[in-house]
Amino acid sequence: MMKLFILSNLQLKKINEIKSIPNVKAVTSRIKSMAMISSANSGTGVTINGIDTTGEKSISDLYTKLIDGSYFDTKLKYPIVIGSKLAEKLKVKVKSKVVITIQDVNGNITYGAFKVVGIFKTFDTMFDQANVFVLGNDLANLISFDENQTSEIAVLLTHNDFTDSVAAKIKNLFRSEIKNGNLVVRTWNEINPILKMLNEMTVQFTMIFVVIILVALSFGIINTMLMAIMERVREIGMLMAIGMSKAKVFLMIMLETIFLSLTGGVLGLFISWIIISITNFTGINLSSVAEGLNSIGYSSFIRPELGIFFYFFIASLVILTAMFASIFPARKALKLKPSEAIRQDV
Amino acid sequence: MSIIKTKELNKIYDVETIPVHAVNNVSLEFEEGEFTAIIGPSGCGKTTLLNLIGGLDTPTSGEVFINGTNITKLNSREIIDFRLRNIGFVFQAYNLVPVLTAKENVEFIMQLQGISKENRESRVLQLFDQIGLKDKLNNRPGKLSGGQQQRVAVARALASKPKFILADEPTANLDSKSTSNLLDIMLKLNEVENTTFIFSTHDSRVIKRARRLITLEDGKVVKDDIVK
Repeated sequence: MMKLFILSNLQLKKINEIKSIPNVKAVTSRIKSMAMISSANSGTGVTINGIDTTGEKSISDLYTKLIDGSYFDTKLKYPIVIGSKLAEKLKVKVKSKVVITIQDVNGNITYGAFKVVGIFKTFDTMFDQANVFVLGNDLANLISFDENQTSEIAVLLTHNDFTDSVAAKIKNLFRSEIKNGNLVVRTWNEINPILKMLNEMTVQFTMIFVVIILVALSFGIINTMLMAIMERVREIGMLMAIGMSKAKVFLMIMLETIFLSLTGGVLGLFISWIIISITNFTGINLSSVAEGLNSIGYSSFIRPELGIFFYFFIASLVILTAMFASIFPARKALKLKPSEAIRQDV
Repeated sequence: MSIIKTKELNKIYDVETIPVHAVNNVSLEFEEGEFTAIIGPSGCGKTTLLNLIGGLDTPTSGEVFINGTNITKLNSREIIDFRLRNIGFVFQAYNLVPVLTAKENVEFIMQLQGISKENRESRVLQLFDQIGLKDKLNNRPGKLSGGQQQRVAVARALASKPKFILADEPTANLDSKSTSNLLDIMLKLNEVENTTFIFSTHDSRVIKRARRLITLEDGKVVKDDIVK
């Protein structure tokens, strides 16, 4: 997902143009502002989001995160949906009244009374505590915002991989607004750099684990192949005696090692694929450490996924490790003297 | 004309500690079509002499000429290729590759020589006919008796059409019937195809049928008799 912050006139035409960009799944506009929310018991600062409920449903799955009440499915006036953490803090529940204190477009302080109609709980407790959702028209009325204006356009893509290319196209589309300083185009990792950093760290840690596993694998291969050679000293001695060149002996041992590793590697990758497919379907519940994960914006219910590239990458690394690990046993075999090896007792 | 000639051949083991003169100043010549047994007590240097003639070991001094080529001057790559194309080996413990069938064991050396599949197939059939194991072509060594395995080893040695065959105590692990069968086959090959055989042995059954007996003692040739 990527977000556009429009600070001047709404460009409806251009929003439609965003929708027509390839790999754009959905687009919606939001009015976004900082506000103070208060209940009879407490008050706190929040980001208030004035949304178009239909458009928002196409962009976010917030409506699926409700733990109480409904997602603006009400006849009540001035409905508001808040996070569970915030509800806890304000000590409010569904049908409770809260007051929003906010600056209008002219800089005057204004107030609005809203009825809590829904309480959501996402995996990000900070988000739950700092965001409230109201109808776009309600918020526009409250802060005297032109209904043809918006402060944010959220764009959902078909896949994260297209983020940079679509961002570039949108920047091109709004180049004059960007030049005037009226618009900022930000990708998700610019909006949430901590999440990006955590993702990158996860990848780095994964690579460290992969390297450790490959080192262990290479020792396993060396051990297995050394044993295989020690058990076949006479056979290798005979092959060298009858005229098998050193290069061919080396190649034979290397190929044996690669086939051995590939057999294990392919089997391992197949088992991994099965486990990942199953856990992707069932999900893994990490609710015991949910608080820690949620505090950094991670879900405590994860569905593992591994791209096809990673399978090929690991298979390639296994082959490389096997080639590397075969050097020592192969050298050991080449040092055998055929005259001694053919007479060796096994 | 001699196909093998050794000139003042010496092999001394453990030169830096206690020298053992395994082969001591041996000068011999072998003619094409010979059926020769190198005999002598254990440790007299029979195997070492065969290894030196076969290029499996390098002499401390002296030279080995095969068909005029001084093999002691060949580098490690050249000597391997020379062995592949000129010398056949039969080992005491057969040394067949256990995961290959009898046919594949024999075919393998021809693959190393780069011989085409059709030629390999016909050669294998011809050899298995000669050793009398045509019905065991697809048996793995584990499914063959010791005598049959040694016959396959002889076929493997012959497959590359070598100039001569070196057999290091080929009957040491065989019973008398298998020994007799093997000797019959080798003598037939010697007589019909003029294949040169050089054995190291102390098996009286082989000695009785050899046409030339070279006796070694402490690495020296003490007797070289033509048996009539």
